[in-house]
Amino acid sequence: MSWAGPEDIYLSTSLASYLDRKILVLLRDGRKLMGTLRSFDQFANAVLEGACERVIVDEKYCDIPLGLYVIRGENVVLIGEMDTEREELPPHMIRVSETEIKRAQKVESEASELRGTMRKRMEFLDFD
Amino acid sequence: MVLRGFRRFRLFFSYFKDLVGQEVTVELKNDLAITGTLHSVDQYLNIKLENTRVVDQDKYPHMLSVRNCFIRGSVVRYVQLPPDGVDVDLLHDAARREARGG
Repeated sequence: MSWAGPEDIYLSTSLASYLDRKILVLLRDGRKLMGTLRSFDQFANAVLEGACERVIVDEKYCDIPLGLYVIRGENVVLIGEMDTEREELPPHMIRVSETEIKRAQKVESEASELRGTMRKRMEFLDFD
Repeated sequence: MVLRGFRRFRLFFSYFKDLVGQEVTVELKNDLAITGTLHSVDQYLNIKLENTRVVDQDKYPHMLSVRNCFIRGSVVRYVQLPPDGVDVDLLHDAARREARGG
């Protein structure tokens, strides 16, 4: 087993290899941002140029443009390098407008809220 | 400058450095699980994986074109290792030594 030497203090998993590439950033709140990585630091703060949010509801998706974004590292779950030679999404997915995806999101959140309420009611009745 | 807190937990950092090149599956706190080759690790236990594929790909269509990724250490729940990729006795000894302060 190799022990950390003094030089390892500076050892880091660098995001430098992703600079100027198209990346996908997953955030803690579940959002998916895409854009070109222009800058980063040791906290995984990142600057994304040409950023957009990819909203996916079932088979529908929409890319909402955001512009130049600075992301605070503590919100970052994952930064993935998107391979431009591969399909970004499965072929069955349908691209829709922003209004339509927002409507679909609302339907989905209302449905999951209803499921949550029903579950709470069941738990209250304390079925064994 | 290494903070005292980090000095105490260098064991796993060193351990993961020895695992570089192995296939691992990282399970995140948001339940996403990714399998890939361990490319690098740092003192925060941030992980870089190569040749990645997502477990349960259908649930995460947005990850389809991602083949390399950086995972922030703070969001990792588990790192699943190959059972024969671990020398448990060596790790056991190292943990005892680290606990003793040596």
